[in-house]
Amino acid sequence: MKFTNYIKLKILSAILLLSLSSHAQNLSVIKLPKLLEIMTPQDDTTYVINFWATWCMPCVMEFKNFQDISKKYGGEKVKVVFINLDFFRTYKKSLIPFLKARDVTEQVYLLNEHDYNSWIDKVDKNWDGEIPATLFINHAKNIKQFIARPFNYKELEETIQPLISK
Amino acid sequence: MKHLSKIVLILIAVSTVALQSFAPATSSYKIGDAVANFSLKNVNGKMVSLSDYKSKRGLIVVFTCNHCPFAKKYQDRINELNKKYMMRGFPVVAISANDAQAVPEDSYGEMISRAKEKKYSFPYLYDESQVVATAFGAVKTPHAFVLLNQPGTGNFILEYAGAIDDNCDEPEKVQNKYVENAVNALLEGKQVAVTETKSIGCGIKWKNK
Repeated sequence: MKFTNYIKLKILSAILLLSLSSHAQNLSVIKLPKLLEIMTPQDDTTYVINFWATWCMPCVMEFKNFQDISKKYGGEKVKVVFINLDFFRTYKKSLIPFLKARDVTEQVYLLNEHDYNSWIDKVDKNWDGEIPATLFINHAKNIKQFIARPFNYKELEETIQPLISK
Repeated sequence: MKHLSKIVLILIAVSTVALQSFAPATSSYKIGDAVANFSLKNVNGKMVSLSDYKSKRGLIVVFTCNHCPFAKKYQDRINELNKKYMMRGFPVVAISANDAQAVPEDSYGEMISRAKEKKYSFPYLYDESQVVATAFGAVKTPHAFVLLNQPGTGNFILEYAGAIDDNCDEPEKVQNKYVENAVNALLEGKQVAVTETKSIGCGIKWKNK
């Protein structure tokens, strides 16, 4: 390989790496204690916490609805948080390209807890772990709703209305 | 272009509905219940019934499927389970109940290919009507049920229901082998310590009822 080509390759891969990392800034890998903290906010913001994975087809189909809600209601103290359940060993190949392709700016947490039976009861005791599932929380209004099914945009909007109305 | 995006939207809407899980309304077996006989078509075209196993000490029934990433990660482990326990009188029977209309990868033809490709050492049955999955109360793939052949009565009693083990992604890091622990206890004539866990995986794809 010619030296100039080698340099070009280096520069290209550096750019590629930079673009990858800039898209992964809103992604962190967490364990159960952090999830429990996320699920117990202490402010008056409405949290829409969506449990999903890239391998789950209905999750992928409803994903944009949550992004749209986040964009429309972001100014009204609505915060969409994604709890991702992709396999930890392969998330760099599954999750990161997805987040990049969908231009995800919302906070994404990859929950790295392999033993589901040790944590799903703590989200909701009746939950069997099936995704998609979404937790709606407004601490100030003392509202907490856990719904384990897919949402279309209209249903999502209707569900958050009581949490954000004054 | 407008037409195309409309078609895509309609397709997305249709497939969303098709992929939703509709939980069956009928009740399911509880631990200690006798399981009713069933008869389903194996990938070799022959029928397999629970009553075929009356000379065995028990049976490990695993509801699974082709497409689900969790089920795929357990394919080899289910094969190992059968190899380990078949000789000790506790073979494996796998059943796929997914609606092949919703997930073509789970069709009977695809099941035949998968069984060949992965050299399944156990029957892989097609529960097309979803009656058996409904009777068991299976909700996920994979979802395991350990049955004990009750001496004298010929009844198969449900002794364990739930996950195969506690680590789908990393088999080498498994700490609790729920199914193996249950079978080992039964082989020693002991009570099963953990009789129920929540099964982890993809929801069974029910036909719209």
